[in-house]
Amino acid sequence: MCLAVPGKIETISDSPLITGKVNFGGIQKDVALVYVPGAKVGDYVIVHVGFAITLLNEKEAGRIFETLRQIKELEEGDS
Amino acid sequence: EYPAILLGHGGGGKLMNHLIEKMFLPLFGTPLLDTRHDGTTVDLSHSKIAMTTDSYVVQPLFFPGGDIGSLAIYGTVNDLAMCGANPLYLSAGFILEEGLSMETLWRVVQSMQKAADRAGVRIITGDTKVVERGKGDGIFINTTGIGVVEHSQKIGPASVRPGDILLINGDIASHGIAIMGCREGLSFESALESDSAPLAGLTRELLSSGIHIHCMRDLTRGGLASALNEIAQSAGIKIRIDEALISVREEVRGACEILGLDPLHIANEGRFVAFIPREEAAHALSIMRSHPMGEGSGIIGEVEKGTPDGISETFPVIMRNKMGSDRIVDMLSGEQLPRIC
Amino acid sequence: MKFIDEYREAGPIREMAAEIRKITTRSWTIMEVCGGQTHAIVKYGLDKMLPEKVSLSHGPGCPVCVTPSELIDKAIEIALSPGVIFCSFGDMLRVPGTKKDLLRAKGEGGDIRVVYSPLDALSLARKHPEKEIVFFAIGFETTAPAHAMAVYQASLERIKNFSILISHFLVPPAMEAILSSRDNRVQGFLAAGHVCAVMGYFEYEPIASRYRVPVVVTGFEPLDILQGVYLCIRQLEEGRAGVENQYLRAVLREGNIHARQMIEKVFEIVPGKWRGIGEILQSGLALRKEFARYDAEGRFGPARDEVRGVTESPDCISGLVLQGIRKPEECSSFGRSCTPDHPAGATMVSSEGACAAYYRYR
Repeated sequence: MCLAVPGKIETISDSPLITGKVNFGGIQKDVALVYVPGAKVGDYVIVHVGFAITLLNEKEAGRIFETLRQIKELEEGDS
Repeated sequence: EYPAILLGHGGGGKLMNHLIEKMFLPLFGTPLLDTRHDGTTVDLSHSKIAMTTDSYVVQPLFFPGGDIGSLAIYGTVNDLAMCGANPLYLSAGFILEEGLSMETLWRVVQSMQKAADRAGVRIITGDTKVVERGKGDGIFINTTGIGVVEHSQKIGPASVRPGDILLINGDIASHGIAIMGCREGLSFESALESDSAPLAGLTRELLSSGIHIHCMRDLTRGGLASALNEIAQSAGIKIRIDEALISVREEVRGACEILGLDPLHIANEGRFVAFIPREEAAHALSIMRSHPMGEGSGIIGEVEKGTPDGISETFPVIMRNKMGSDRIVDMLSGEQLPRIC
Repeated sequence: MKFIDEYREAGPIREMAAEIRKITTRSWTIMEVCGGQTHAIVKYGLDKMLPEKVSLSHGPGCPVCVTPSELIDKAIEIALSPGVIFCSFGDMLRVPGTKKDLLRAKGEGGDIRVVYSPLDALSLARKHPEKEIVFFAIGFETTAPAHAMAVYQASLERIKNFSILISHFLVPPAMEAILSSRDNRVQGFLAAGHVCAVMGYFEYEPIASRYRVPVVVTGFEPLDILQGVYLCIRQLEEGRAGVENQYLRAVLREGNIHARQMIEKVFEIVPGKWRGIGEILQSGLALRKEFARYDAEGRFGPARDEVRGVTESPDCISGLVLQGIRKPEECSSFGRSCTPDHPAGATMVSSEGACAAYYRYR
């Protein structure tokens, strides 16, 4: 029900819907940033049907790999 | 003198001859076309010829990396190349909509001539009709091509053998996505261009180097998935491809991610897949990579040993993904539409 | 592509699958709510990487699958009305109504256009004042803010020739309907990450405690889904039943307040009509009175209501599949009279639908 994809904000305009250019792997699309007022150029947002529905938390994005590394270290420690 | 096409330009009278003289002859005016006769006669040195026809209705008429004119030449040239033929002559039939700007027609016809030169073919006969405004989409073009077959191989699905290697001459899905990017309602900006290009030079080089080509297919509408399914079903074989070996440009992946599309089902206009005997695959690959139309060539899979049974009869094409698990590569029932879910 | 490719690397995915095998001692049935998650599970073969004992069942989270066929009929009727440009997401064009689908209506002369965003439909309305632009507003909470803003923007600019045909659904009431049904098999949920990106996950806390089921807010990449399964099984094995957030990079407990406020301003909650399941209270959205003139059913008349929500051809069990009570291959017509080329029910049409996903990737 919700194909939403992360993209990087390249420009932000001050139009009513705060439309910005967001980059998805090299293609750019106009995206309404009205629902992420705190977003700045260079931030990543998750975009669905032309709207950024949330700001992507880059710190949290790496957490899963950190967890897997810790599990691995634990195991190497045991074996 | 006429900024736009009138119904009269298709009427067979002065207006039409004026159009042919001013628009088509200066560009296509090879000695053969100058005779202005009902048809053009040519003599061919070989008894075996290949012939194909295709119609072009692309919208928008001009897109990044090509237009309806260059597409109409390369598409037909490539169909001949897939038969292993050496394309020589093309016909061009135009259906123009009343009100089409002369400037647009001039740009398309110029592009056709440039494409014909690049592909090494000549447009030797043509026709023009005009339909009322609203009954056409600006321009429709049909091209029919003739080429000579200078080899004795039987190139087609029936020649495919278990163990054959699948080679492709580059990345996939650039054409379909480049077109989609300029369509109203879906538009996005990108440096993406259509891959539309003539392939006859590359296929001729493969054949003249003695490579045995069991089958070739250009990957147009329906993409790589449809082409492989068509061949697998008519040849009664199973095909296995490897996702990691199929190259897709980053921008194309980006567009497919946001539109919910699968690159395997997206149209190409300058890509073909070749089924080559296993022992000649490395040689064929090096020939392809040294040709301008094949710099990005690669092996993407192989024809499986054994005959299909049960499930693999209806789904003869399997793809192994990076996780090492297999999935069916299906032929779409209709055109692939962007999705949100 | 950043924040996508990392979650599709084989190494971490195999490691996560290994962790799941380590902690699974009993058999569990987990439902992934969203069609997008179903698509990823089957496309990447994630179910094959799970222990035999763990079975994933596909939920009702695919708007294409649950939009009632009477609404498709209404969409077709509107699309064929003179002077109308009917805009829709691509997903809806092949969904069967009672007699035909929108693609057939396009062939019969309807001006039907595929758009990526409701804003594209709004710009068509500005460009063609002489036409009546109608947008097929389907979706769950994730898409509601977009539809709300399109209507709100139309009202600010006083655009007269724009309206939306609404088929909107809310997840929590559907989850409760599944859990409270007698033959429910589902023991834990992977909640739809992007729904929660908008709505947050506090709404699921009362459900988890009342029905004693763990709910893990989960993303859509293969690694996300496997970690979601891992966290859900860990709770099940330890006898816990709480709400946990796997999709940390995108979801906060309170969701996106700005988006929720706009939904609240433009829409009100009404009974929802779910194809194959029937009516579920408090599970649909309708325009508030203040925006009633943007309701296409107001302008073109309401969709037929008498058999709404439950009509499905007799040999289609999509309702049971949507509630995780049956798997697609348990249906007699699956793969025989019902295929992607001739779908009997909506779960076979949408590539997100459980039946289409099973058929295509099995």
